[in-house]
Amino acid sequence: MTIAEGGFRQPLNRVVAPLLMIGVFVGAWEIYARNSSIGDTVLPPFSRVAQAGWADRQSLVANTLPTLREVLVGFVISVIFAFLISILLDVSPRANRAVMPLLIGSQTIPLVVLAPLFVIWFGFGFFPKILLVTLVTFFPIVVGLIDGYASSERDSVTLLRTMGAGTLTVFGLVRLPSAMPGFFTGLRIGITYAVVAAIFAEYAGAVNGLGVYIQGASGSFRTDLVLAGVLVAATLTLVLYALTVLVQRLAIPWYTQSREVSQ
Amino acid sequence: MTKIPAISLRRLSKSFGDLDVLGVMDLDVGRGEFVSILGPSGCGKSTLLSILSGIEEATTGEITIHGAPLNQSGQPFAWMPQNDALLPWRTVVDNVGLGYQVAGRLSKRAARDQARLLLPAFGLEEFSRALPYQLSGGMRQRVALARTIAQGRDMLLLDEPFGALDAITRTELQLWLEQIWGVDRPTVILITHDVREAVLLSDRIYVFSDRPAQIVAEFEVPLDRPRTIEMLAGAQATQLELDLLRALHVGSGDTP
Ligand SMILES: Nc1ncnc2c1ncn2[C@@H]1O[C@H](COP(=O)(O)OP(=O)(O)O)[C@@H](O)[C@H]1O
Ligand SMILES: [Mg+2]
Repeated sequence: MTIAEGGFRQPLNRVVAPLLMIGVFVGAWEIYARNSSIGDTVLPPFSRVAQAGWADRQSLVANTLPTLREVLVGFVISVIFAFLISILLDVSPRANRAVMPLLIGSQTIPLVVLAPLFVIWFGFGFFPKILLVTLVTFFPIVVGLIDGYASSERDSVTLLRTMGAGTLTVFGLVRLPSAMPGFFTGLRIGITYAVVAAIFAEYAGAVNGLGVYIQGASGSFRTDLVLAGVLVAATLTLVLYALTVLVQRLAIPWYTQSREVSQ
Repeated sequence: MTKIPAISLRRLSKSFGDLDVLGVMDLDVGRGEFVSILGPSGCGKSTLLSILSGIEEATTGEITIHGAPLNQSGQPFAWMPQNDALLPWRTVVDNVGLGYQVAGRLSKRAARDQARLLLPAFGLEEFSRALPYQLSGGMRQRVALARTIAQGRDMLLLDEPFGALDAITRTELQLWLEQIWGVDRPTVILITHDVREAVLLSDRIYVFSDRPAQIVAEFEVPLDRPRTIEMLAGAQATQLELDLLRALHVGSGDTP
């Protein structure tokens, strides 16, 4: 196996299989909605949803952009914080014991409670949204990093120590690279929560965004537009997820490729 | 011994809590000498190397390097761990370069340039940009050994470098190590549980008993350098192998 062929084997299967599954899902939806007695206000067929969404594309795009912005800014802040906190927790076992329960605790507060509270405390603006996105996506990334540091090979760390390396060198040359697979796992989990978190935050009170759009459509019983908004949100999540996978492939080919070989 | 030994252990012992791993032992290695330690697994061979390389502290006794206490001797050893400890994200050249980069305090790029010069002697030239998962077991050991050499220390501590290899690759690498060693003749302590390997490569062999390890026997290897595979078939070598096997059996309390 050479380096060149290690990366993207059978790209056809990778793309075709999931597309096929989506096609089957959409097809089943279409057939069911058309042939059952369910009315369009309950479950419009996919084609209706697509049509309505396309007709309303200007408003849809205008509301997607703020959501995307909240997700991206919140996520970047989340990653930065995750790195800082994880390094702190890694170098200090005491900090780990003290802070970890707090982090876990922060994850048990339901979004339904948190989102309106943030609106009460911070208003209708941008800030409470990115705060919620950060809070929700931060945890899996921190856990991924901490597990990743711990997965460092003992002998590698010891070897560097015998070569005279200090804590910082060991961290940079062994522990941090060791943590990258765990980091990307956390990143992938985090990104799937990010869009939902932003929409939740918007639902609780905002001027625009996909959450506001869906809420408005729901208020006027436009189920087709509600579903169009949901489809956009799902697509957004899929695209962001695919991006993190792509970044992972570029950033840690040694991991991705070695796993493909061993499969 | 009239000369000051390169490595000298006096009344050394090591316990982990209640577990006595190394019994009290004296052991000397001369400058430029290739010494093997042969012993059953779990008897404390790796632990001895950990103490020498400064990872663990001895419980009792003292270690001197060219007559000076170990803790005042800087780091005289380059250690090659039992598992090759290659960094999976580093290419071959950068794994070798780790020795120059960390032990030699070079920048990553300068280390890579140095490492590149070392690769041909290790037969790694064409694999310079390969990642560890793409290498065979024998290749990995070569990389680990090159990284050990790259640390630029006087003395090498090799922990069962060929233990995990198949017999053919192992013999090939043993002969190749003999050749590499012949160039600069560094002081070496080699850990092994392979009797033939000890005979083929060493000037002197210590046999350890089961835990807590004691030195049960010490043998000079009466073979010329450079060593060849044919020498192993000679009368002296076969007799020595037999003696070593007997000593190992005595050490492990079995009756042969
Ligand atoms: N850091 C440690 N703490 C406790 N026990 C240890 C430690 N390192 C090694 N041991 C124990 O010491 C014994 C000898 O180990 P080791 O030196 O690795 O044996 P060998 O290399 O001869 O196979 C084993 O029983 C092992 O479990
Ligand atoms: Mg061992």
